[in-house]
Amino acid sequence: MASDAENLLLKTGRFFRRVPANDDPRTLYLVGGREGDSFYRDRWSHDKVVRSTHGVNCTGSCSWKVYVKDGIITWETQQTDYPSVGPDRPEYEPRGCPRGAAFSWYTYSPTRVRYPYARGVLVEMYRQARRGGLDPVAAWAEITTDPERRRRYQSARGKGGLVRIGWPEATEMIAAAHVHTIKTYGPDRVAGFSPIPAMSIVSHAVGSRFVSLIGGTMLSFYDWYADLPVASPQVFGDQTDVPESADWWDAAYLVLWGANVPVTRTPDAHYMAEARYRGQKVVVVSPDYSDAAKFADEWLAIRPGTDGALAMAMGHVLLKEFFVDRQVPYFTDYVKRFTDLPFLVRLRERDGVHVPDKFLTAADLGDTGEGAEWKTVLMGPDGEPVVPNGSLGFRWTDSGKGRWNLRLDVDPLLTLYGGRSATVDLPRFDDGAGAVRRGVPVRQVGEHLVTTVFDLMLAQYGVARDGLPGTWPSGYDDPAEPYTPAWQEPITSVPAGRAVRIAREMAETAAKTEGRFMIVLGAGTTQWFHGDTIYRAFLSLLLLTGCQGVNGGGWAHYVGQEKCRPLAGWAQLAGGLDWSRPPRQTPGTPYWYLHTDQWRYDRFDAGELCSPLGPGAFNGLHTADLVARAVRSGWMPMAPAFDRNPLELGEAEDPVEFTRRELREGRLRFAAEAPDDPRNWPRVLTVWRSNLLGSSAKGNEYFLHHLLGAGSNLPQPDPDAPRGKLDLLLSLDFRMTSTTLFSDIVLPAATWYEKHDLSSTDMHPFVHAFNPAIDPPWETRTDFDAFHAIAARFSELAAEHLGVCRDVVVVTPQHDTPGETAQPGGREPDGPVVPDLAVVERDYGAVAGKMATLGPLAEKLGLPVKGVVFRPDAEVEWLGHSNGLAHNGSTRGRPLLDTEAKACEAVLALSGVSNGRLALQGFAQLAERTGTDLSELAHGGHRIVFSDTQARPVHVASSPEWSGKEAHDRRYSPFTINVENGKPWHTLTGRMHFFLDHDWMHEYGEALPVYRPPLDIAALFGEDGQVQGGIVVRYLTPHSKWSIHSEYQDNLIMLSLSRGGPTVWMSVEDASAIGVADNDWVEAVNRNGVVVARAIVSHRMPAGTVYVYHAQDRVVDVPLSERTGRRGGIHNSLTRVLIKPTHMIGAYGQLSFAFNYLGPTGNQRDEITVIRRRSQEVRYQ
Amino acid sequence: MTRVMAQIAMVMNLDKCIGCHTCSVTCKQAWTNRSGVEYVWFNNVETRPGLGYPRRYQDQEKWKGGWELDRKGRLTLKSGGRLRRLLSIFANPIMPSIQDYYEPWTYDYENLTSAPLSADTPVAPPRSLISNEPMAVRWSANWDDDLGGGPALASRDPVVERIGDRVRLDFENAFMFYLPRICEHCINPACVAACPSGAMYKRSEDGIVLVDQDRCRGWRMCVTGCPYKKVYFNHKTGKAEKCTFCYPRVEVGLPTVCSETCVGRLRYLGVILYDADRVTEAASVPDDRDLYEAQLSLFLDPRDPEVAEAAARSGIPDDWMAAARRSPVHDLIMKYRIALPLHPEYRTMPMVWYVPPLSPVVDALAGSGHDGEDAGNLFGAIETLRIPVEYLAELFTAGDPAPVTASLRRLAAMRAHMRRINLGEEPDPSIGARAGLTGDDIDGMYRLLALARYDERYVIPTAYAAQPGSVEEIGCSLDYDGGPGMTGPFGEASGQPVPVAIETFHSLKQRQTSEDVTHERVNLLNWDGKGVPKGMFPEKEDR
Repeated sequence: MASDAENLLLKTGRFFRRVPANDDPRTLYLVGGREGDSFYRDRWSHDKVVRSTHGVNCTGSCSWKVYVKDGIITWETQQTDYPSVGPDRPEYEPRGCPRGAAFSWYTYSPTRVRYPYARGVLVEMYRQARRGGLDPVAAWAEITTDPERRRRYQSARGKGGLVRIGWPEATEMIAAAHVHTIKTYGPDRVAGFSPIPAMSIVSHAVGSRFVSLIGGTMLSFYDWYADLPVASPQVFGDQTDVPESADWWDAAYLVLWGANVPVTRTPDAHYMAEARYRGQKVVVVSPDYSDAAKFADEWLAIRPGTDGALAMAMGHVLLKEFFVDRQVPYFTDYVKRFTDLPFLVRLRERDGVHVPDKFLTAADLGDTGEGAEWKTVLMGPDGEPVVPNGSLGFRWTDSGKGRWNLRLDVDPLLTLYGGRSATVDLPRFDDGAGAVRRGVPVRQVGEHLVTTVFDLMLAQYGVARDGLPGTWPSGYDDPAEPYTPAWQEPITSVPAGRAVRIAREMAETAAKTEGRFMIVLGAGTTQWFHGDTIYRAFLSLLLLTGCQGVNGGGWAHYVGQEKCRPLAGWAQLAGGLDWSRPPRQTPGTPYWYLHTDQWRYDRFDAGELCSPLGPGAFNGLHTADLVARAVRSGWMPMAPAFDRNPLELGEAEDPVEFTRRELREGRLRFAAEAPDDPRNWPRVLTVWRSNLLGSSAKGNEYFLHHLLGAGSNLPQPDPDAPRGKLDLLLSLDFRMTSTTLFSDIVLPAATWYEKHDLSSTDMHPFVHAFNPAIDPPWETRTDFDAFHAIAARFSELAAEHLGVCRDVVVVTPQHDTPGETAQPGGREPDGPVVPDLAVVERDYGAVAGKMATLGPLAEKLGLPVKGVVFRPDAEVEWLGHSNGLAHNGSTRGRPLLDTEAKACEAVLALSGVSNGRLALQGFAQLAERTGTDLSELAHGGHRIVFSDTQARPVHVASSPEWSGKEAHDRRYSPFTINVENGKPWHTLTGRMHFFLDHDWMHEYGEALPVYRPPLDIAALFGEDGQVQGGIVVRYLTPHSKWSIHSEYQDNLIMLSLSRGGPTVWMSVEDASAIGVADNDWVEAVNRNGVVVARAIVSHRMPAGTVYVYHAQDRVVDVPLSERTGRRGGIHNSLTRVLIKPTHMIGAYGQLSFAFNYLGPTGNQRDEITVIRRRSQEVRYQ
Repeated sequence: MTRVMAQIAMVMNLDKCIGCHTCSVTCKQAWTNRSGVEYVWFNNVETRPGLGYPRRYQDQEKWKGGWELDRKGRLTLKSGGRLRRLLSIFANPIMPSIQDYYEPWTYDYENLTSAPLSADTPVAPPRSLISNEPMAVRWSANWDDDLGGGPALASRDPVVERIGDRVRLDFENAFMFYLPRICEHCINPACVAACPSGAMYKRSEDGIVLVDQDRCRGWRMCVTGCPYKKVYFNHKTGKAEKCTFCYPRVEVGLPTVCSETCVGRLRYLGVILYDADRVTEAASVPDDRDLYEAQLSLFLDPRDPEVAEAAARSGIPDDWMAAARRSPVHDLIMKYRIALPLHPEYRTMPMVWYVPPLSPVVDALAGSGHDGEDAGNLFGAIETLRIPVEYLAELFTAGDPAPVTASLRRLAAMRAHMRRINLGEEPDPSIGARAGLTGDDIDGMYRLLALARYDERYVIPTAYAAQPGSVEEIGCSLDYDGGPGMTGPFGEASGQPVPVAIETFHSLKQRQTSEDVTHERVNLLNWDGKGVPKGMFPEKEDR
């Protein structure tokens, strides 16, 4: 110790306390007597801990402990009681992230919506009309049909002036708006938007059930969010099915491609970190040095949007070294059995050479039997064509029974190499639209010149073989010919040598481990206009190396949350299928494209992005024309369907015949043909569990301007376009967002800690419960109670104004139904297709009663899911005992669904994953269809009831609802049933597809995997890129560390841990080019709107690209913009909808519509913006 | 061997840290989301390179934290001798201002609901929680998150300043990693030594360093003394607060909140035995670079019969010895030698240790790169990792690269060894041998780092000989009130300290469930101590 004097002081001078100290009195030790610390003990104490979770658009599905003291939610920590995933792998505990851990802040936060609110001007007008003696419906009609009054309340949207109203008045206005709309315009002018059922199944289902029972349309979200990888329906015939995160552990080679796992999959990132210790190699492909890059063995810093080029070059290496130079038996066997590579494709002559055309089918061989046009053909070893089992022609036909399987009776030829050859032209787009001319080996089959998909793949990828004609790369180092490693280098900036080495490592690992190579794909690669081509290039790597359907291998697409594990039960409740079928469902992207008038701002020819080798069918057309054609062709539903009220059509004696005649004779038109006709406007929109206008609304300012008639930052609004289409925007939320700010009526919602519900995810195999830690405080209500209150008032008014009606509903041919064989050959119909129609009787006075009970169609028609039908007779009876029966009205004797908990019980009882009896039924049907014993997949005794999920997360079981196997001793990986049990994929060939032969795929030049660069937005929109004082940069909106999914950007805790408001990340180079220092205010402007934010300058950002992280809403710290003088916008104020026509293909095998399965994506990554420094003096008012 | 002491220590494996900050949030929510400590994060996570929280806390030339050796080689507090500090006790101690942490703020959220009909969309602009005035956000609890430094900030990182041009701040060389920090619960705590009130102490039964809230007189010498700046000043109570190692949980065998909620699964808790009599000697070794080894030399092997005997003599219960033998922390520090102390040169003998992070190979971006998995490249690659070994060495070993390199080599060797097994190849014993590991070592390390379950990560004995604290609150002591010199950054001049009981859940309830959101927050900085400002105490409410 220092000095004696000090020592003395220390000994005597712990001035106020005598305690045992260290021998040298430097350190004070103390035992016991710690009354002074009681504060912390007291603070730690609590009255109860309640299990719950967070319920919207988060793949986490983490179970949480919510602490309650004196009736107050104090905080939350993660549950750690997940069932074990095995003795030799890390467990799931704990699961959670900082966003989830900060959620309880909302419960008592000043942004909480505590009471019902409505716009003051609207309320005044409504009350005035009511005081004038009008009934609610008439009052609503008077206000909304008077142009002056309509304009007054519409233009006030988003400008404050909300006033508190009571629930009775709120529900009355809402009910009146619905009744008026249904009566005057038609039920399909009512829409509901609520995403991601998986995360709070009942909260989603209850609103969707209301909308569906009244004949309104639910809008899809997965495609609209651009989270849907369209490549999945294209290649797999499946919406999306992915491994649980514990299966990352099984991978020996893991590529994180456009996925920032630590940020966006926080609860699961540990599997990635830990699997490295098991010797997994990790490669990160990302434009920036991302959070994930830290974990990588290699980081490939790729130019944004060029990922497809790198993948194509890797595919080139794989095909050359592992299929041509040598063969790997594992790979060859795999691709023959599970992919379309051996299937024969007809070549079509074009300008003296050939182009690939259609799959050769049994019909082409002269077979006129049922399904012949849907039976694809391969070449047997003897050179004779063979029609193998498993294609779509065996799926729905009587004669196909027992033959829809993957058994190959012959060893098919992969290539026809060794005989004749032909020259084919194949499109390329890397340097504008062009073509390459290459040779393929061919055979003559009857009148058809055919080759295999494999041979076409080699031609497409530029893998030369001796003796074939055409222009081929001279080697890996040939930069001129696609798709060599040297070709991709200037595009991606990834060195050619690294591309080669990593491709080899992927394949060698896959060969050694029989498929344990996995790619985790993220929104960085999905959400491009051509994201489907990027994905197909990735999937090709996995399919060629035999990784799909193998634990530890395959794609792992975690963008959005597709996995509502108890699917059949949810679908039943959400669609109201137990009372009436079919429900109306509309793909979101084209709906918004039309109704927000974004289509008017598309000023380029739809043919501009087409293949030079296509027939030119899109030339001279507008994308909106293609939307209308897709609707007319019966490919895709649209709301409204017709320019007339479908209830009016239902008044005809034979509504179906009448409607068809009216259509044929031109008196009735598809509404999509004239979206701006007031008869075709959407009139009522309800948004819950979502912040549409502050988050996902691509083309945000168009929404505000045209759909709502509110103020906007649109630089050049189209004066000819209508404004203010919606009569009522209703939102239910527990916090204030752009959506609530612009809503006419806002209902105060319970938070996730105040209700019962169910949660599941693709990331883990469990289902678990929400439970109320407290009752909904103030005047808040659960979504369940809110919709039931609306339904009750609606039913009263509707009984009087609407009564019982017949509703004419368009039936779109759907995937996983016989409808998917509606249009053989994948050809666009010559003219409008008269659609299939259904007449649905709607007893509008009975809607509330039906909401609250399980209807008889559940057992009468069964529960359809993925092509099988569960028959829940015993389950319905059980639910009657468990939930009780309705005692009066038209629903008498039906099982009750009048509480959230009972609805949860019904979802679990009616789903195969939670009810082994139903799973067994489904597998029995599949066994009959496939001729394969599948009984080992399910156990009739497996059953999960709601209280199980309240006690602890519960492992689900295998079910035909999903493509993979669930068991205690293995992790979930998709398509393991297909690979291990020979069940076909739900595609045309029954195998995974490299080749897509629909007319429109050829038109777009995407029949085969191909590289398509990001859109040249400046060229498409005729911009010259000259800006004063600013620079043009690529504008990306990745998911934020501080606000994704379970959390929103307004949370004070998250804001305190970040920059406290909207930010734009930029490189040092870009910042210095415009004189911006860290934390300076900047403005980003383009033809769509304005974003005002502060700059974060970091050298981990690449030059030329800025990040404005997702869902930065206008509500927190957004000043007025210099450009417009108005409040700056949200991250999606700079983006807009651009529809890729190929996403609208329908009625053709896996390219058939299903809700959230196939539809145009609301992609937004191709956008650019001008960014510049602005005055540092900011004003908020 | 005379006196054996037992401590619950922590190891964090930075190689697994994903920088998610869940630990910070759950800690904040559980312990410091109350007024007076808005700016306080007992647990925070720093992106490195970066300035840290509070900014540049590692600059001890400025902040004078920790210990140093005087000219005679004796330990002395860097902030000066006790005498000098005692004489200047009423003067401002050297401590960070609120701006060095950050000025906490909120937003006018209520505008969103209450705005009248106006020209534009309502918005919630920021407002200071200190002054209650509108403010521009210029720094936060984690301002430089994910920057990898950033041009404006990284050059001021005290570690970067030390190693200079070894850190290149361009895109091709970008690197970053995360450093979660709590109180180090040091064996030789400078905060305890600095406290003139005797209010700070180290619990002898488990080594947790605490502030006695009754005894604390708010001198703030502890804030200065702590080189990690992990003692904070509650500007409402006028007392020091710090990470408690969640003792109400640890006492009953539950891990700390930050540990249990760590989704990276990178935290380990376990018992470490050390020789209490050799602490001074170890903390006084002349060369900073010897402090790591010196601290290791204090730690005792619980399997050693002599240690067990001495421990028994020192009153350490059997279950603590059993826990010590199963301690993951002991294994990571002593057996595998992959965990290292944070800034041993502060000489406080910290007890929260870190496994350093691996990172991608740096030259891979431009050239063909190394395959880090390839055993042939393995050890060469350590030198070319993006995260410079020098940077890590400045953090963990007072600049000595050897222990850092050794630790990284062991991690890398484990991966290379396991990769062969993963691919179905024969294990190659030479890989482990080159890093000083046997096959059994690798197996044990692998299980601990990759698989360890909840009860293997957190091995906490429950049978304390502790006396659970009485919940009765003791009134605040006289010495505090209105003492001279009580001016400073946090509004100490705001008069009577508020008993901690004011922060009961009843007041929380009143505040959180009240109908109205008010701007009438208490401005503790400017209050002259007269009267009771509105909002200071909860309003009585008729219910």
